[in-house]
Amino acid sequence: MNNFLLLPIIIPFFFGMILMFGQKNISYQRVTSLVGLLISIVCAFLLLLNVYENGPQVVTFGDWPVPFGITMVADSISSLLVLTTLTLAFFIVWYGFKSIGKEREQFFYYPGVMFIITGVNGAFTTGDIFNLFVFFEVLLMSSYLLIVLGGEKAQLRESIKYILVNVLSSAFFVITVAFLYSVVGTLNMADISIKIAELNQPGILTVIAVLFLLVFGMKAAIFPLYFWLPSAYAAPPIPVLALFGALLTKVGVYAIMRTYTLFFTHDLAYTHELLLILSVITILAGCIGALAHFDVKQIIIYNIVIAVGVILFGVAQMNEVALEGAMFYLIHDMIIKAALFMLIGIVIYVTGTTNLRKMGGLMKTYPALGWFYIIAAFGLAGVPPLSGFVGKLLIVQGGFEAGNLWSSVFILASSIAVLLSVIRIFIYAFWGEQGTISPNVNPSTYKGLFIPTMLLVFISVAYGVGTEWITPFMDHAAKMLIDPSIYTDAVMKGGE
Amino acid sequence: MKTNDVILQFTAKIVFFIIFFYAVHIFFAGHYTPGGGFVGGLVTSSAIVLLIIAFDLKTVKSILPINYLYLVAVGLLLALGTAAFSMFVGEPFFTHFFDYFNLPILGKTSLHTAALFDLGVYLVVVGVTMTIIQTIGDDE
Repeated sequence: MNNFLLLPIIIPFFFGMILMFGQKNISYQRVTSLVGLLISIVCAFLLLLNVYENGPQVVTFGDWPVPFGITMVADSISSLLVLTTLTLAFFIVWYGFKSIGKEREQFFYYPGVMFIITGVNGAFTTGDIFNLFVFFEVLLMSSYLLIVLGGEKAQLRESIKYILVNVLSSAFFVITVAFLYSVVGTLNMADISIKIAELNQPGILTVIAVLFLLVFGMKAAIFPLYFWLPSAYAAPPIPVLALFGALLTKVGVYAIMRTYTLFFTHDLAYTHELLLILSVITILAGCIGALAHFDVKQIIIYNIVIAVGVILFGVAQMNEVALEGAMFYLIHDMIIKAALFMLIGIVIYVTGTTNLRKMGGLMKTYPALGWFYIIAAFGLAGVPPLSGFVGKLLIVQGGFEAGNLWSSVFILASSIAVLLSVIRIFIYAFWGEQGTISPNVNPSTYKGLFIPTMLLVFISVAYGVGTEWITPFMDHAAKMLIDPSIYTDAVMKGGE
Repeated sequence: MKTNDVILQFTAKIVFFIIFFYAVHIFFAGHYTPGGGFVGGLVTSSAIVLLIIAFDLKTVKSILPINYLYLVAVGLLLALGTAAFSMFVGEPFFTHFFDYFNLPILGKTSLHTAALFDLGVYLVVVGVTMTIIQTIGDDE
C-alpha cells in the first residue's frame, strides 16, 4: 500500500483538469502547466530513488487483493521512463511557448499535453493488461487532439490516416486481450506471467504473442507496420512532433519489452527470433528512408524508426547485457529525439523551409545552433563520450553473447547510416553558401526556442558522460527484465 | 412561413421533466440494479436534446446557461477527488467508504462514496454529449 507511485500520473491529470478553466488566459495556462510538470518531476525523481532503495512499489486500487483489483507497479524500468517523460514534457512545453502560436494555446493545447502525459505515464506504470489498453486510449485520444489542433490542410489529411490506423490497432488490442483472457482467465500482468509459466506456453499463446507484436508494433512503428508514421508525424507543429517522436512510439516499444520479457518467455526460438528479424528489417527500412529524404523533418522521423529497431533488437536477445543496453538506448533515444526535433525546429524557423537543398551557411550567423546540433547528431550516432554509445555497445555485446554475429555487425553498420543522415543536415544547412533565411526572425523568439533546446542537449551529454551514476539503475532494470519472478513476487506479495 | 409547433413545445415541456427524473432514478439505482452514471448522463442529455429540438439552441442556452466544458472539468475533478480522498486517510487510491445512515424521511439508507464518483461520471457524460451536440449544431 503505497500511493506515492501514483503521483506522477495523478498530478498531470489534475493540472490538465484545472487547465480546462481559463482557456483564453495564456499566461495562466503556461505557468500552471510548467508548475504542474515541475511538481511531477520532483515526485518522479523521489519515486525512482525509492524504487532503487526499496524494490518495486505496488499499489492495488481500492484495497482489493492482488489478482482481483487493478494493480499499478513502479519498478526501475517504469520509474526511469516516467521521469524521462516528465522531463522531456517540461522542456517541450517550454519550447512551445515561442513556437506553438496563440490560437493553439487558447484552444486546449496545454490540457492536451497534460492528458497525453497522464496516458504515457499510466501506460508505463500499469500492472494490468486491460488498464494498459485504457491508458493507451488516453494517450491516443490526446494525440488525436494535438495532431489535428490548428486545422491546417495537411493536419486534417494526416490525422484521418493516423486515427484510422490507431483505431484499427486498438481494436486488435482488444481482440488480443480477449484471446489472452479466454486462455489464462486473468488480466493482472503478474498473474498472467505465472499462469503462462504454468501452462508452459502452448501454441495458442505463441499466436497471442505474435498478435501482441502486431498491436504494439503498429504503435511502435516496426517494419511492415510503420507506413503511417512518416507522413502522420510530419503534419503537426514542431513541439507536438517532438512530444510524439520522443514519447508515443516508445510506449509501444515499452509494451513489447514488457510482454516479451514478462509473459512470452517460453518459446524464444519462435517469438524472439521473429522479433529479431523484424527489428533488423525495421532498421534497414529506417536507414533507407533517412538517407533518401532531403526534408529535415523526414530525416529525423525515419531515425525514430531506426531507433525502435535497435531497441527491439536488444530485447530480442533476451540476455541481461542486451536488455540493459536496450534500457540505456530507450532513455537515450527519448532524450535525443526530443532534442533533435527541437533543434531542427529552430533550423526551420530561421530558414523558413524544410528543404535541405535550399539551406546553407547557417554556421556564420548561428554558430551556437550549429555546435549544439553537431553534439546532438554525434550523440544520436553513438560517438563515445556522448549518450548513444553505452546503449548500443551493450546491445551489440549482448548480440555477440547470444551468438547473433551478423545481425550485431549490422547494428554497428547502421550507426554509419544514422551518422550520415544527420551529418548531411549539418553539411547542407550549416556549411557552404548562404541559403534562404526567413525574413522575420525575431531574436527574442529565437532565444526562447534555443534555451530549452540547449538545456536538453546538456542533459543528453550528462546522460552520456555520467553513465557511471546511471548504471546502477539500469542494472536494476535489466535484472527485472531478465527475471520475471522479481516482478511477480513483488506484485503478489504486495497484495497480502 | 413560421411553423406552429405548439403541441411539440408543450409536450416537450412536460416530457423533459419525466425524462430528467427517470435519469435521476437510474443514476441512483445504479448500485443495485442496472443503471448508473453513464446511462443517467446519456438520458439527461437526451432530455436536453428534446428541448433543443422543440425550441432552438439559443433558447435552450438561455434557460440552461451552463458552460458544458466546465461541467466536464468539474465532473473530472469530482471523480478524481473521490478516488484521491482515500490517499489522504492512508488507504490505497480508489478505496471507497460506505455506511448506513438514518435520514429524516428516507429512513435507514446506505450511502457509498462510489455514488460521488458516479456523479463525476454523470457530469462528464452530460458535458461531453452536450458539447458535441451544441458545437455541431452551432456550426454553419
